[in-house]
Amino acid sequence: MGEILVVVEHRQEEIRDITFEMLFKAGELCKEFSHTLTAVVFGGKEAPFIDEIAKRSDNVIYYEDDQLKEFNADVYKACLNGLIEESRPFITLIGHSSWGMDLAPALSVKTGYPLATDCVDILIEENHPKVIRQIYSGKVFQKMSFKESDGYIITVRPGSFQPPETIENKNGGVIKKNLPGELPESPKTFIKFVDSGAGEVDITQADLLVSVGRGIGEAENVEAIKALAERIGGVLACSRPVVDKNWLPKYYQVGTSGKSVKPKVYLAFGISGAFQHLAGITGAGTVIAINKDQKAPIFRVADYGVVDDLFKIADALQEQLKEG
Amino acid sequence: MDIIVCIKRVPMTQEVDLEIDPSGKDIKKDALAYVVNDWDNYAIEESVLIKEKLGGTITVITVGDEDDEDVLRRALAMGADKAIRIEPGELALDGFIISNILAQVIKGLDYDLVLTGVQADDDNFGMIGIMLAEKLGLAHSAVVTGFEAEGSEATINVELEGGMDEVSKIKLPALLSIQTGINEPRYVSIMGIRKAGKKELKVVKVEDIGLSDEDLVRQTIIEEYFLPPETEGAEMIEGDPSAVAEAILRILKEKGVSA
Repeated sequence: MGEILVVVEHRQEEIRDITFEMLFKAGELCKEFSHTLTAVVFGGKEAPFIDEIAKRSDNVIYYEDDQLKEFNADVYKACLNGLIEESRPFITLIGHSSWGMDLAPALSVKTGYPLATDCVDILIEENHPKVIRQIYSGKVFQKMSFKESDGYIITVRPGSFQPPETIENKNGGVIKKNLPGELPESPKTFIKFVDSGAGEVDITQADLLVSVGRGIGEAENVEAIKALAERIGGVLACSRPVVDKNWLPKYYQVGTSGKSVKPKVYLAFGISGAFQHLAGITGAGTVIAINKDQKAPIFRVADYGVVDDLFKIADALQEQLKEG
Repeated sequence: MDIIVCIKRVPMTQEVDLEIDPSGKDIKKDALAYVVNDWDNYAIEESVLIKEKLGGTITVITVGDEDDEDVLRRALAMGADKAIRIEPGELALDGFIISNILAQVIKGLDYDLVLTGVQADDDNFGMIGIMLAEKLGLAHSAVVTGFEAEGSEATINVELEGGMDEVSKIKLPALLSIQTGINEPRYVSIMGIRKAGKKELKVVKVEDIGLSDEDLVRQTIIEEYFLPPETEGAEMIEGDPSAVAEAILRILKEKGVSA
């Protein structure tokens, strides 16, 4: 039957979780529909993680070159385009990460293969792939199919699939490839990585996080929740919009582009629960969410929910603490 | 530096109960208020900041109907010089078609930089910018949180996952998809929008820009929209604020984190 290609994402010699998630889903689909799972690795010489990939794939294609130590959309695109022309894979999976978002749309144009992005599930019905996506901030789901083609490209939302702890070793064979000789010079040069999340507060170590989101309304209001956090013995945190608006520094941010946290209790004030944020609190023990919008996605993952004005609840908490 | 910014008007869906339209392939939109897509707003602001520093012109473009001119006028009020609306008529759009339309129009313009938002708030595809770059043969980067031009190059920051940024150099002309938080978009007054009414806003029709039939065939087909499956969800704490506060403090105590 056909082939499912998974583009391996790694950074600083470590495989990103999205890779394992894609390999797991691709493996399930291959089992059910008798496809072959091929992982494509672009890596430096003797990338330390090749074995981990081979365990989870039928074949590994390994472009080995020291200029591939880190991601480069142009090189990836040129090589994948060549590979796709050669083997016409049925489905090509790429992570819906910052890098994947830079690669997949360009590859789709180059190969002519239709693209669906940010998918949370992949189905195959009558030999055609269909995808499930979340739109309108997760308030609505969408099922989408493609124009007829011999191959399709799908980007996968991080955290959509949960690979099991133990796996059956597939012992995939590793085929090493050299970069094609006539690679065009990339218009982009990597300079460095910068840790944008370091700061004076480490939210990853707190047992109780008191977190604020867009619902806080304006910068001045953050102070009230900060005071509450201190009074209650917790550490202040926040969601992305609060950092985007410069109301708090980035080291307070919980979520995909911020920190993953694992407090015993996560108290969320005015956080609607974009998936990027929810991905950062999967390790939290108990989530208590306070939000005016009863349809806010955070209530789907919270243990306890309060539909009310966050300031009323914050004030009432302060009152109770005074009395206590 | 001459900059083109591609923008979109989207419905505001926060704190709104969304309903599926009878077609099953859209949401009911008649009661929704519309705004400029948040990511695009940052892209517009970035273009204005660059223009303030280096001079040049800013052209904003949208594919949409007359109502969508609101976001073009707003961008003109922020500091863009010209606006183009491409009228799609009854054409069913997807990311592939929109990027074809934009590429065809932008091909004929002078520019050093094309900016888009990372994604739109409604269908969050996050594909149009980079597809457009590939069609225009431009260098590109997605999820950009920093831009500093130096001659024919720029140093950019790309936001990666896990609190990490990637710094790189990119040759111009380039297309960058702009992430929220890169700047602080300026306030736009009604007066400002009224004043910007004098600026050029050109309307072109899709059928007049010279795309082939094939360029206007969707690559993705919407099968259905549906509301999220019911989950157990949160246990709701009811009552007045003091009762709720009491319940929250009880939970904190139970979990061993109370002060």
